[in-house]
Amino acid sequence: MSLYASRRGANSVATTLCWVAAVFGLSWLALILGSLVYEGVRGLSPAVFTEMTPPPGSQGGLLNAIAGSLVMTIIGVAIGTPLGMLAGTYMAEYGRYSKLTMVVRFINDILLSAPSIVIGLFVYTILVHPMGHFSAISGAVALALLVVPVVVRTTEDMLLLVPGSMREAASALGAPRAHVVGKVAYRAAKAGLITGVLLAVARVSGETAPLLFTALNNQFWSSDLTAPMASLPVVIFQFALSPYKDWQQLAWTGALLITVAVLALSIAARALSAGRRNSK
Amino acid sequence: MNAAAQIAQVKAPLTKVSMRNLDFFYGESHSLKDVTMPLYANKVTSFIGPSGCGKSTLLRVLNRMYDLYPGQRAQGEVLLDGENILDPAVDINALRSRIGMVFQKPTPFPMSIYENIAFGIRLYEKLPRADMDARVEGALRGAALWDEVKDKLHTSGLGLSGGQQQRLCIARSVAVQPEIILFDEPCSALDPISTAKVEELIDELASRYTIAIVTHNMQQAVRVSDYTAFMYLGELVEFGETDDVFNKPQAKRTLDYITGRFG
Repeated sequence: MSLYASRRGANSVATTLCWVAAVFGLSWLALILGSLVYEGVRGLSPAVFTEMTPPPGSQGGLLNAIAGSLVMTIIGVAIGTPLGMLAGTYMAEYGRYSKLTMVVRFINDILLSAPSIVIGLFVYTILVHPMGHFSAISGAVALALLVVPVVVRTTEDMLLLVPGSMREAASALGAPRAHVVGKVAYRAAKAGLITGVLLAVARVSGETAPLLFTALNNQFWSSDLTAPMASLPVVIFQFALSPYKDWQQLAWTGALLITVAVLALSIAARALSAGRRNSK
Repeated sequence: MNAAAQIAQVKAPLTKVSMRNLDFFYGESHSLKDVTMPLYANKVTSFIGPSGCGKSTLLRVLNRMYDLYPGQRAQGEVLLDGENILDPAVDINALRSRIGMVFQKPTPFPMSIYENIAFGIRLYEKLPRADMDARVEGALRGAALWDEVKDKLHTSGLGLSGGQQQRLCIARSVAVQPEIILFDEPCSALDPISTAKVEELIDELASRYTIAIVTHNMQQAVRVSDYTAFMYLGELVEFGETDDVFNKPQAKRTLDYITGRFG
């Protein structure tokens, strides 16, 4: 009985420690989110979405930064997603047992954990320097380089989760490999594949470092992809470091916008993968 | 069919598939050893034997399913209507369209019931909508599933019960109009009622197709098959009419296995 009692004791100690650790970790998160909402909501107004970033001391909004972020993220994802999907498909479906797959997976893992500032410097060297100036398109390329490894990884993982019996069943009907992959495996992994893209969007939409070296910033509206373009993270970076109260307020509001957008994407990704589990 | 014709057919069934000196290797391991046997046309041949005896492997040679994986190879001859299907020049997809396969676990595709059936048909034929509808209905009727699903053809195939899913898979195989259907333990994941339905179905299908079935259930072999092959450790120990194999087995190992002394 005493052995049982001491086990119960050890169990409650361990449980309490787990709770303390969880509460400790989560409370910082709550504090960050709380202060972000508190500071950010105060600056929310229609002007944020309709006016350009202002010079210090005057009224303005974040329209050009929001638009710039959207444009560069969309182009980046549009470049990175097909590349990543194709590579991930090769690794899971065609070259599952090949050496090349092992090499690509290893390199992809490195790329996945590469500091984003290195990606920024890389694109600076291959695009910005030859062009002679910063540009939105090089910003988008930098983001695409961050999208690729995320999509490669999730595509491979999700396709590997599709049971081999499903592929065999399709092959047994005489379906060629392309059909087995395109019509059966992709369909079975659809929710997971979309989740991967959403996670990649969430990952890049908050990136600052790669954009600092590539798209830089622009105080005005610009739709020219070969010219510098504003983005929320870079504007936040610039405005938060400034001594001006109104700039700092816009930085808070911008940070809130990004956080809410990323949160919404993550929740959507979660909901999708939960839906996938339930449907099985 | 009159009695004389019946006897003639029993005495001289047509050979649909003829395996000759068939060996199979998973990498280094030698899992089929010098198997020589026929599959008779429009007959049900069951493969029995303890786990790992090579009976599923043999089935997977017949539609060259092993080709999907590296390091697996077959030697010898498998003649389908006289043509060696192990020949590297054989068009595997065309071969598989002639030899359907139903797996141990039901494997409906993640699409509607209708699309599950239409998937295979579309690989070979471009049909107008009405013809496709008719083919899908015919396949589902052929698998005794039509009445249960006719009102929900466009709902997911994953929503069906296990037994219904398995019959959907049978319907899917039948829909592409194969000549042979391979069943790899088709009832091992099913309850007794679903098992009975699938067995009934196999019985009906035998009039139109050549059937090979791997089973762990000896009663099932007796119930559904005309011929039985007993395999042990990659070798074909005994092959003959099911009644003979079960009632007067020639080999001692067959007797030991069917009387439950091992396996």
